[in-house]
Amino acid sequence: MPQFRLPENSRVQPGKTHAAPGGARDVRTFRIYRFDPDSGENPRVDSYQVDMASCGPMVLDALIKIKNEVDTTLTFRRSCREGICGSCAMNIDGVNTLACTKSTSEIKGDVKIYPLPHLPVIKDLVPDLSNFYAQYASVKPWLQTRTPAPPDRERLQSKEDQEKIDRPSACILCACCSTSCPSYWWNSDRYLGPAALLAAYRWIIDTRDEATGERLDELEDPFRLYRCHTIMNCAEACPKDLNPAKAIAEIKKMIAERQH
Amino acid sequence: MTACKFTDHTYDVVVVGAGGAGLRATFGLAEQGLTTACITKVFPTRSHTVAAQGGISAALGNMGEDDWRFHFYDTIKGSDWLGDQDAIEYMTKEAPAAILELEHYGLPFSRTEDGKIYQRPFGGMTTHYGQGIAQRTCAAADRTGHAMLHTLYQQSLKHEARFFIEYFAIDLIMEDGACRGVVALDLSDGSLHRFRAHKVILATGGYGRAFFSCTSAHTCTGDGGGMVLRAGLPLQDMEFVQFHPTGIYGSGCLITEGSRGEGGYLSNSAGERFMERYAPNAKDLASRDVVSRSMTIEIREGRGVGEHKDHIHLHLEHLGAAVIQERLPGIAETARIFSGVDVTREPIPVLPTVHYNMGGIPCNVHGEVVTPRDGNPDAVVPGLMAVGEAACVSVHGANRLGSNSLLDLVVFGRAAAHHCGRTVQRGTTHKPLPKDAGDLAVGRLDRLRNAKGPRRTAEVRLDMQRVMQNHAAVFRNGESLAEGVHKLAAVHASFADVQVSDRSLVWNTDLIETLELDNLLGQAVATMHSAANRKESRGAHAREDYQDRDDREWLKHTLAWVDAQGRVAFDYRPVHLNTLTSDVQSVPPKARTY
Repeated sequence: MPQFRLPENSRVQPGKTHAAPGGARDVRTFRIYRFDPDSGENPRVDSYQVDMASCGPMVLDALIKIKNEVDTTLTFRRSCREGICGSCAMNIDGVNTLACTKSTSEIKGDVKIYPLPHLPVIKDLVPDLSNFYAQYASVKPWLQTRTPAPPDRERLQSKEDQEKIDRPSACILCACCSTSCPSYWWNSDRYLGPAALLAAYRWIIDTRDEATGERLDELEDPFRLYRCHTIMNCAEACPKDLNPAKAIAEIKKMIAERQH
Repeated sequence: MTACKFTDHTYDVVVVGAGGAGLRATFGLAEQGLTTACITKVFPTRSHTVAAQGGISAALGNMGEDDWRFHFYDTIKGSDWLGDQDAIEYMTKEAPAAILELEHYGLPFSRTEDGKIYQRPFGGMTTHYGQGIAQRTCAAADRTGHAMLHTLYQQSLKHEARFFIEYFAIDLIMEDGACRGVVALDLSDGSLHRFRAHKVILATGGYGRAFFSCTSAHTCTGDGGGMVLRAGLPLQDMEFVQFHPTGIYGSGCLITEGSRGEGGYLSNSAGERFMERYAPNAKDLASRDVVSRSMTIEIREGRGVGEHKDHIHLHLEHLGAAVIQERLPGIAETARIFSGVDVTREPIPVLPTVHYNMGGIPCNVHGEVVTPRDGNPDAVVPGLMAVGEAACVSVHGANRLGSNSLLDLVVFGRAAAHHCGRTVQRGTTHKPLPKDAGDLAVGRLDRLRNAKGPRRTAEVRLDMQRVMQNHAAVFRNGESLAEGVHKLAAVHASFADVQVSDRSLVWNTDLIETLELDNLLGQAVATMHSAANRKESRGAHAREDYQDRDDREWLKHTLAWVDAQGRVAFDYRPVHLNTLTSDVQSVPPKARTY
């Protein structure tokens, strides 16, 4: 029987516990994945007891409170704190989402926080997204045309045609979708994953773009596109309620249709 | 770490910051064949431009009559005549071409029935010099900044611009009053990098996080402004801080002015549409400073809403679910998440919230940084440029109009790239850097990395934020500002007692937040002192003890230098009341009513 276990140096050890300050009444425990590459030690899970009476409502508020008041070494990305920059994507309570828009009160029991799954961890909750970004760039996510743009006005586009790209272009590149996809976990070296494919789709259906054929050619590949097995975790995970799975299905359909 | 080991890089131009202005400059440079590096502390699409909602102004006239001269006039009036009219002419005249260019890059603008770019009304945007309401603000639903930032990043990918992502710029390398480059820290391994360049363009954004409650991201720490102060250069018009009328009560998250552009309105505890009293013509679409002051007066006079009567209601219910879904979907989502409100049924609790810094690094229309020298108020600092919110051109003067900020980013990002294209010889050899290049950065870094004082970074930061919030507020007076100056001096001094407890090299955010705090503190001091110094009311700077605008004394830009001890020196630059060309007439100062 093969053994499926994490490599030796990735196995998570029990960590430290930081007790709540005296007098705290509304205490929640945050169990947070910690990894310090400088230390040479295995990752661990530290527990932080937080007095929710003096903490904002979102998971990000708790992380910031911990960093400010308890443990300044706790490391995570954050910026806009309103769900639009995509920095604070992490795995919270078993689900990939944004810490800034995830309310702690929605979570039962201890709040477990891990980095986005199946990515190399740089430190604590900061994963290495280089491959994810490279895949995004690989779909050439910019307008490609042969016809020159009209010199003194916009390219026209009907409201209906704009509506088709409206939602797909609202992706914030947080990587919640791609890193929730088992197929992406196994084949992220060759499968583009839901985020990059959603970006590809956004340009394929843009009526202003004139490289549809080339874009489909690029995707028509057993790995780049067809490793999507309609597991649908991506649509489930997306904190912006987008549907990458549907976009991928549409791309497959377009490729199938042009073969006839 | 061994402090003095640098990895050296040489480029024609280095851009610091990858928001709207930084990206527009970056690919504009790459496009012209200049070797360009863009250094950014966050991945480009995380920059705060992404959070802009309502839109970007340009007199396209897609939704009715418009003319860039109307836009020019509105911007000057909005600025309360502190804006430089040559720069405002340049920006408003270039606006239509700049927006069409964005559309040609593929920006997913919302559309009109005939397929053109959709435009909505915005505060202070009028036709015929205040006579009618203009529909000038080009929108991609209510996530225009997101659409724009992603589009600009996509163009940067297309032009294969070189990025140094998650690198934190620490200090400028200066030699004999000229900028030679910049020192940056690579977050991923703690290594130090020295970038040598013919031009350094600072596109580092605003410093909203100097305040306790702001719409700004955690990363809005004005790092460029901090670097400029340490280089012994002044910042301009720092007293002018914009409070956005509609930050969500509590969290401070932004609710776009576009929500009022689409027909939303404010009400007090009596259910009254009080803006009709303060701005009979423009009502809820008066300039932001006017609306924020009106809301503050309502609350002060006991007509605020809620248990503590300390905020105001913003109504969208009457717009109907269809309009909200099409035009304001992001607002509906934000209001639901951060205040538990269904905007189709209930009003949103809102409060004026720090949003934008009109002040910044003084520069000219090309983006070149200027400073007074030998009697010339507009002497160029060789090698140094600034664009976007970090800069003070000044197109916004004492108060920025909504949707002029995104415009500022693309117009001046592009202008800066073009200026470099004209003035930098591609691939010219660089002089060797001075021997002490990078010493300032290394000295500060070593001191802070090993700082063992009794006070956490977050404590000092919170002290600063509270003083700023309480003393540099919507309404100001001499007594409170003097107290603010005094308290802030104590906070500034307490930075000497700061403690950095993370000793690691990789992703040391404790250290980064401390460097950011250092940048914020200098700008907080500049803001408080400049506010105490300006004895008049103009735009966003409202003094209760000097309620009128005083053009005889104060029609001038404040310049503030802040030294390492937090001491401030002032000088002034004249406002450019002249236009750039004869295409438009200068607008002389007059009373400002909406």
